[in-house]
Amino acid sequence: MTRIIVVGNGMVGYKFCEKLRKDFDASQVALTVYGEEPRPAYDRVHLSSYFSGSTAEDLLMAPRTWYEDNDIELRTSELVTEIDRKNKKITTHKGSEESYDYLVLATGSSAFVPPIKGVEKDGVFVYRTIEDLNQILSYGKNLKEAAVLGGGLLGLEAAKALLDMNLNPYVVEFADRLMPRQLDDSGSDILKMKLESLGIQILTGKATQDIAGNGKLEGLSFADGSQLDVEMLVISAGIRPRDELAKSSGLATHERGGVLVNDGMQTNDPSIFAIGEVACHRDMIYGLVAPGYEMAEVVINQILGDKTQSFKGFDMSTKLKLIGVDVGSFGNPFGNNETTKPLIYKNDQEGIYRRLNITPDGKYITGGILVGDADDYNILHQMVQNKIKIPGSPGSLLVRSNGSDEGASLGIESLPDEAVICSCENISKGDVSNLVKADESCSLDDIKSNTKACTGCGGCTPMVNDIMKMTLKSMGKTVKNTVCEHFDFSRQELYDLIKINGIKSFQELVHAHGTGHGCEICKPLTASLLASIYNEPAIVHDTIQDTNDRFLANIQRGGTYSVIPRIPGGEITADKLLVIAQVAKKYELYTKITGGQRIDLLGARLDQLPPIWEELIAAGFESGHAYAKSLRTVKSCVGSVWCRYGVQDSVSFAIRVEDRYKGLRSPHKIKGAVSGCIRECAEAQSKDFGIIATEKGWNLYVCGNGGSRPQHALLLANDVDTETCIKLIDRFLMYYIKTAAPLTRTATWLNKLDGGLDYLKEVVVNDSLGIAEKLELEMQGLIDNYECEWKRAIEDPELRKKFAHFVNSDEQDSGISFMDMRGQKVPTAW
Amino acid sequence: MNSLKSHQVAETEPKVWYKAAKIHDFPMDGGACVKYKGLQIAVFNFNTGKEWYACQNLCPHKMQMILSRGLTGSQGDEPKVACPYHKKTFSLKSGVCLNDEIEAISTFPVKVDDDYVYIGFSQ
Repeated sequence: MTRIIVVGNGMVGYKFCEKLRKDFDASQVALTVYGEEPRPAYDRVHLSSYFSGSTAEDLLMAPRTWYEDNDIELRTSELVTEIDRKNKKITTHKGSEESYDYLVLATGSSAFVPPIKGVEKDGVFVYRTIEDLNQILSYGKNLKEAAVLGGGLLGLEAAKALLDMNLNPYVVEFADRLMPRQLDDSGSDILKMKLESLGIQILTGKATQDIAGNGKLEGLSFADGSQLDVEMLVISAGIRPRDELAKSSGLATHERGGVLVNDGMQTNDPSIFAIGEVACHRDMIYGLVAPGYEMAEVVINQILGDKTQSFKGFDMSTKLKLIGVDVGSFGNPFGNNETTKPLIYKNDQEGIYRRLNITPDGKYITGGILVGDADDYNILHQMVQNKIKIPGSPGSLLVRSNGSDEGASLGIESLPDEAVICSCENISKGDVSNLVKADESCSLDDIKSNTKACTGCGGCTPMVNDIMKMTLKSMGKTVKNTVCEHFDFSRQELYDLIKINGIKSFQELVHAHGTGHGCEICKPLTASLLASIYNEPAIVHDTIQDTNDRFLANIQRGGTYSVIPRIPGGEITADKLLVIAQVAKKYELYTKITGGQRIDLLGARLDQLPPIWEELIAAGFESGHAYAKSLRTVKSCVGSVWCRYGVQDSVSFAIRVEDRYKGLRSPHKIKGAVSGCIRECAEAQSKDFGIIATEKGWNLYVCGNGGSRPQHALLLANDVDTETCIKLIDRFLMYYIKTAAPLTRTATWLNKLDGGLDYLKEVVVNDSLGIAEKLELEMQGLIDNYECEWKRAIEDPELRKKFAHFVNSDEQDSGISFMDMRGQKVPTAW
Repeated sequence: MNSLKSHQVAETEPKVWYKAAKIHDFPMDGGACVKYKGLQIAVFNFNTGKEWYACQNLCPHKMQMILSRGLTGSQGDEPKVACPYHKKTFSLKSGVCLNDEIEAISTFPVKVDDDYVYIGFSQ
């Protein structure tokens, strides 16, 4: 049995254990890991997520039990202080000793603290461990201004963390540009512009000379004489390999730090190896995890395998999302004036920069830089790695491929099987496609758990997904988002089938185009499609509706329903308020104001719904469709009629829009809002469509969303007049209704739309598909067909009968019970 | 509310055929609730009234009297109903929960005779 000790329990140290245990169990290799930090290895790459809600537990590479389950002795809070190379033995700071056959140094690095006067002052931190983060969090609690020293990858991550703490962050960089190792001046300019628009101030070309303050940091002064008042400083100016243990044990180290290793990651002691950020390979220290993971694999092969694997240096290409800004840098990002020519696209307006270094014959890319939009990173990076010929003219690469026809020529099909798709785990295209070939039913999750692809940085997920689909396609399988086992069609295809064949019911559809009796997925979906196409009231197809649509009310705990009458724009007269109050009193309903400026009446029994609605409708109310995947509300502020700031009459416009789209069935609920001025009191930018008044007209925003994953709406058109605004909403909503997947809000729909907002603008505003008029006509057809479904339900005795609890008795459901809370009734807990 | 469990009916001929209501009183290809003694029974039909099933109205997941308002459908050849609350689905033949580890529901035999729907009980 071989005894291996790993010194250091960071990401690379952990990966060594994981990779080793994959092939060798405890009977073959005894494995001990020492870590000086109190907790097991955690994900340092995503450290900044600690500030936006992740816990230390979330960041763990694996819980303690994983080490136990894999027979790995994990000794945390224990620092190895001595290596007795002669006797092959280590000693820890607790005095305990352990002998080894092989020792793997994975001690990583510490933050480099430049020798600046005053770095010892309170309020100066480094950004490296969870303990550092805890200190930053507690010190920065009530501060306003904070600076990060270092504008590299980690420094910008740290700046994001400060932003998440609601501080005003400044980034101070010594070089003339941000991310000097990855970006050129123009790329840095665009990144700087984008970050500044997000609230991060960037100071480049600043040599920090002095940290001012009496015991506690108060500001920075720079070599050019300027000063910056800040209350906290986070240093992220590079790393320094933790090679002190190696040094004191007499191992060879580099003069600038790092344990010297050969191509087999072996130090000058054949029993000792070094991996990760502490290893210095051919004068290079690698500060990324992917090369560290590969080093770990090389060492396992050297100690336990056939010694054929070696480390040959590593591609330093990176792609990341910095505070929402995509940045990619790959191959040789800066090019070489003699052998390559740069092709450059720079768009200051939208904050996009693309630089591609092309060989003089125009055939190959050697590297490049992407800022603002890095969607093509994977494919461009692969073209560099695999020396793939540029299809067509190099200039075509400067514009982002749309994923559609043009993208196909740039597509993954052209990659060889050896192309590495996931560099964190070293997974090739062939690894993924072979897995799919072996089991065609395998899902993306299966691929992830089988290969570990996508589990590191996650950047390869779209490519892995594409390879899976492509492989299935090459096997003659069509990959479709079919709705369920009863239909071999997508929502969009079912929409077309119903429309083209004039299908009017679920039974007709399932007999003609499906199998079985349908289910809780395809039935409501069909109901929604029938409604979107013919705009018939939901109650016509009651038995294929979810319970809310079937009974035109929202089911609540205890089996009762809630009632929400429409209150367009949130405007209501005192008389109508009185009616709501009288109904609530008469039927003993719990009342609550909703988030959409209307009133919810809860606790109605099924059989009470028709009489309640009879009274509401008699007073002029209509269904509010709160139960439906349909237009909910169009919220408004009081606007220019009352408000001293208002520039347009937002209430009148909101009422007009709500009346226009009420009852419109769609893939998911739709919410709108109209604000009367730039102050945006109606919160229009969080709605599926939001309208904000300007001096000249209206700005139209689309695809915003509250809920679990909030997303701001994006500007579709600005300063349009009222009629144009309505036309654009008509087209936008109709296009969404026709093309979105089931239960997809507009925000998610847009996120998945090839070409994103630009494409949507082309279709909706510029009519690039030539369908605008058709969309408007279809919308008008639906609007003309509107009727209040509750009015129909109470007037038709047959429909009204459906609201009885029993078919064979007039009795009420005896199972319903209530209790009192703050003077109103609520259902008893379930 | 759990008293329904005692009504589990095997293949044996039920003692009581309860005349519930006219076929026409039930929604086609959907469900409705029938009151029998103190019990609530969910009754469903498939194929426009050609195929009938009955089960307890109580969803055992959150103890709600609701299954009769659930959407019906099939999983393979198994007829099923989905609870409106959390979409737990139950076989209408065996009563077994098809998408979770929840106890099975009781099912009851149904027959149609001369325009009327009858449900079979053991008492």
